[in-house]
Amino acid sequence: MSHGPSATGGAALQGAPHGHHDDPYVPVLTPGSTPRAKLDDILSRYPTRQAGLLPALWIVQDERGWISEHAMKEVGDVLGLTAAYVKGVVTFYTMYHQHPVGTWFIQVCTTSCCNCMGAEDVVKAFLQQTGCGELGLTSPDGKYTVIEVECLGACGFATPIMVNDDFIDSMSVERVPEILKKYC
Amino acid sequence: MGYPHKSHPRETPVLSKYFGDAEARTLEGWKARGGYKALAQALSTDPVAIQNIVKESGLRGRGGAGFPTGLKWSFMKLGDGKPHYLCCNADESEPGTFKDREIMRWTPHGLIEGCAIAAHAIGAETCYIYIRGEFTEPIAVMERALAEARAAGIIGDNAMGSGKKVNIWVHRGAGAYICGEETALMNSIEGRRGNPRIKPPFPAVAGLFGMPTTINNVETLAAVPHILNNGPEWYKAMCLGSPKSNGSKLFSVCGNVARPGNYEVVMGFSFKEFLYDLCGGPLPGRKFKAIIPGGSSVPVITIEEAEQVKMDYEGFMEFGTMLGSGGVIIFDDAQSMPKQLARLARFYAHESCAQCTQCREGTAWMTKILERIVAGDGTFEDLDTIFELTESMTGKTICVLSDSCGAPVCSGITRFRGEFEALIKGKRSSTVTVTA
Amino acid sequence: MSDTKLVNLTIEGRAVSVPEGTTILEAAKFAGVLVPHYCYHPGLKIAGVCRMCLVEVEKAPKLAPSCATTVGEGQVVHVYSQKALDARKGVLELLLINHPLDCPICDQAGECELQDYTFQEGRADSRYHEPKRFNPAEDFGGDVLYVTNRCILCTRCVRFMGDVAGSRALCVEERGDRAHIGIAPDLDLSHPWGANVIDLCPVGALVSKDFLNKARAWELDRTASVCPNCSQGCNVTLETRDADVVRMKPRSNATVNQYYMCDAGRLNYQWINRDDRLELPVVAGKPAEWDAALAAAGKALKGGAVHVVAGAGLSNEALWLLKQACGTGLFRVAQGPEAPLAGVPDLALRADRAPNGAGAELLGFRRADQPLAGAAGKVVVIVGDDLDGLDTSALGSAAAVIAICTVVPKGLPAGAILLPMANFAEEEGTFTNLRGRVQRFLQARPTPGFARASWTVLAALGVAAGTGGSFATAEAVFAALAASESTFGGMTYDTIGLKGQVAATAGVNA
Repeated sequence: MSHGPSATGGAALQGAPHGHHDDPYVPVLTPGSTPRAKLDDILSRYPTRQAGLLPALWIVQDERGWISEHAMKEVGDVLGLTAAYVKGVVTFYTMYHQHPVGTWFIQVCTTSCCNCMGAEDVVKAFLQQTGCGELGLTSPDGKYTVIEVECLGACGFATPIMVNDDFIDSMSVERVPEILKKYC
Repeated sequence: MGYPHKSHPRETPVLSKYFGDAEARTLEGWKARGGYKALAQALSTDPVAIQNIVKESGLRGRGGAGFPTGLKWSFMKLGDGKPHYLCCNADESEPGTFKDREIMRWTPHGLIEGCAIAAHAIGAETCYIYIRGEFTEPIAVMERALAEARAAGIIGDNAMGSGKKVNIWVHRGAGAYICGEETALMNSIEGRRGNPRIKPPFPAVAGLFGMPTTINNVETLAAVPHILNNGPEWYKAMCLGSPKSNGSKLFSVCGNVARPGNYEVVMGFSFKEFLYDLCGGPLPGRKFKAIIPGGSSVPVITIEEAEQVKMDYEGFMEFGTMLGSGGVIIFDDAQSMPKQLARLARFYAHESCAQCTQCREGTAWMTKILERIVAGDGTFEDLDTIFELTESMTGKTICVLSDSCGAPVCSGITRFRGEFEALIKGKRSSTVTVTA
Repeated sequence: MSDTKLVNLTIEGRAVSVPEGTTILEAAKFAGVLVPHYCYHPGLKIAGVCRMCLVEVEKAPKLAPSCATTVGEGQVVHVYSQKALDARKGVLELLLINHPLDCPICDQAGECELQDYTFQEGRADSRYHEPKRFNPAEDFGGDVLYVTNRCILCTRCVRFMGDVAGSRALCVEERGDRAHIGIAPDLDLSHPWGANVIDLCPVGALVSKDFLNKARAWELDRTASVCPNCSQGCNVTLETRDADVVRMKPRSNATVNQYYMCDAGRLNYQWINRDDRLELPVVAGKPAEWDAALAAAGKALKGGAVHVVAGAGLSNEALWLLKQACGTGLFRVAQGPEAPLAGVPDLALRADRAPNGAGAELLGFRRADQPLAGAAGKVVVIVGDDLDGLDTSALGSAAAVIAICTVVPKGLPAGAILLPMANFAEEEGTFTNLRGRVQRFLQARPTPGFARASWTVLAALGVAAGTGGSFATAEAVFAALAASESTFGGMTYDTIGLKGQVAATAGVNA
């Protein structure tokens, strides 16, 4: 579903259309698999299976890089939830990718505390030097996706960025080439 | 200490004493620094007695609301036969705030100890530490420390051989500011959208999984072992201002300032000295202009106002703002206030959970108006609309995210109206180049 | 009720006493005040999200969401204070900033709570100068179309599907102003009760595909009735335009169907309007006057033993008159799979796909798969059964055949006497549901041609046969029925009202 003008300009990141290419889907949480064992262990910490939803989604995203509608169905089946319910949860949390992203997913904090320290220039530098061009789009070589993110909780270390799970603080325009060299 | 800077002599490092000290991260290192003594003592102490010690210390919630911690714990009905839960709020999502991150990164065992003591004090056998998903490093550090503590029998089914069960688990968030709101946090743990719940019922009656639950901020829980070790009078005596605000407090400082970072000072410290002495004043050649002292949700004040503030709950309220989470955001004279406030409004519009009408629609509308003003298409009526819209959005929703959008914006317009009017009149603000 | 504690409070200056735990919104109804609301619905869990029902409670620091605030002793509630009005005006403005003003082409127009409350309490203008949000409409499956732009995110539909239908087919997707109702590809609203979300939607976001662009709400005439499509007997409203039923909507009845009806019942109404009806009496293959036809039928009835085939869609009144005129007989009931509504006790689309099998049994008729069995050589009277799917060979050797019907049954011999009657929507009467609840339905459209109400025809047949009396109204027939059948003893149209009444010895099926 596409979305029109929205205050937060999230259109580029909006969810994939129904049936986004993830065929054939290879299940992640098959009984006996390592991810499933990990999930089962986590489930033992909670009184309900539903509480395992966020952890399960993390496991799937770690394995597959994003969460497709097939994946939502799989997670739902494992936890006794409908795919629609899972979708409602997935789309609530911004860290779950609803479409494939580049090998390196770069999030740059641009909320006020970093904004006033030049975060927007860091974003521009990344967009140019990765070849992504636009926020939320993946570079033609498939390596990078750059997005602006709301507060990463390291405001005193402006500008913090995340490259996949790596947290890098005190980013500046000057350090962008160095970072891209590291993640290539 | 003013991590990442050296501790300033005027700081009172209690929680931050070991920031930057890699050895303090390990179980052995933590024990060598006096760790887990308080827990050992607490596990053989009556829960109500612990609640009373915390009450006497004057400790108030460090997450933003400032509710007395011991009193909150006493709402948990002990012996009611129901499972009780403790949630440690490590969502730290309030822009400008990054203190809990450092507590977890450097003193994970201090937090574990605090959680275990609190769990015992409220009759909980399970504690979930809800850490925001972006905090990959703090999550890894906490997981490692928890594994150590579990392996050493400090936590688990027989915590420190006391026969008491205290299990502590990390629950990773996935990117949602609102999950720092306590009821949204519980929903998130339950595998739901992070929508705040209507209160009542309050968490102490029906919280996580419908059971009695207490939610405390990281900094609050981390302070508890120190209070037990040194006594409530010691903590209560740390007070330079209002007698209702006690103890040391971590302030996160960010924005246009010479030495951003975390600083731990006693409640009631002079904000002026804090800003110019501890934090090193403005960047070279610039002047401080505006300050949001308690995380982005509180009203913005001018530097002139800030210089008169005593840094405690009551001191900030005197100037129409709040201590909040202690996230001090500083804007200097090179910044456009309309642009920064528009950016803040965008944050709230992005983070609104979408439940309440006023918040879902209002935050987005306010963002659009502000961005239009910044783009040079604003009108004077727009400013009136923002105030009226804020009135519609304040005090009428399930949680305070909606209020939090209007608070900095309206206070900012009131104090820096000239900048808005300059944009509306088609002139660029005298001190700034607008790039938006 | 005696052990329920009552709480006294004042709402808009009116003192009310309500049971402890009642919400202010429900208490206000007792005081005769309807607090505007969207997300609240008495059949659903409280969400408290639309913030439309804010009221002022004296001494409370903030306005209270009346749907989620329980009453307190001595509370003084102001629904129309300036503060409360301003708050609701603010909500209405915000709901409208992104809502398309497409009321002229919206099916909900005229029965839209956003229109109504805006008219009542909203602003005359909008201060919104930004572009409106736009999202395409989406087919939600079943009878439901989701017009995203009109959605106000009250989540009634999500809660209904999750909590009442027991199928979490819907969710709120995204957050902030990007939020909308979402659905996953594997499960849509082709749920047996899915279309209820259309009724629950307070605006035009969830609309019926069947009713799409068919009529304007204000053109419709509405008649209280009972769904004829199964033995549950859901209370419904027949909505007609130019005498045609254009949709069927549930009418609330706490005991029978709460606020709901199933899709199978809801969408099975077109037959009511079918135009291949029998409109004239027929005798010996030719159109006849009513008097002549009734005389012929009365004469035929005396020609031997009578075999009666009744329809399970006949009213109690028709069945009783049939019993008076010709004696009881056999009836059949079409069967289908049962589909319960998970969250409501004893509510289901029933296997018996006819409204009055229970009534027929209480009046002495017997169920049979082949109701024509044993008809050979007898005078066969067929009322309200189209004989579809039956072996009609016995009719060839019948002494005579009288068919009282809406359409001509198949397989009738050439000499059959045909008497045209009304269907249930064209007459007044009662059905008895599977729990023995007798429920009235009213006339919603005129009878076609020279057809007459079933009770009129059967009463006249009784007179012609010399076995029954004449009646002027359906009510009089029911009074006579109640006087002669102890099961219905003491009941009248007045006592039944529009919510029904359980027959005395009902419970045969309970």
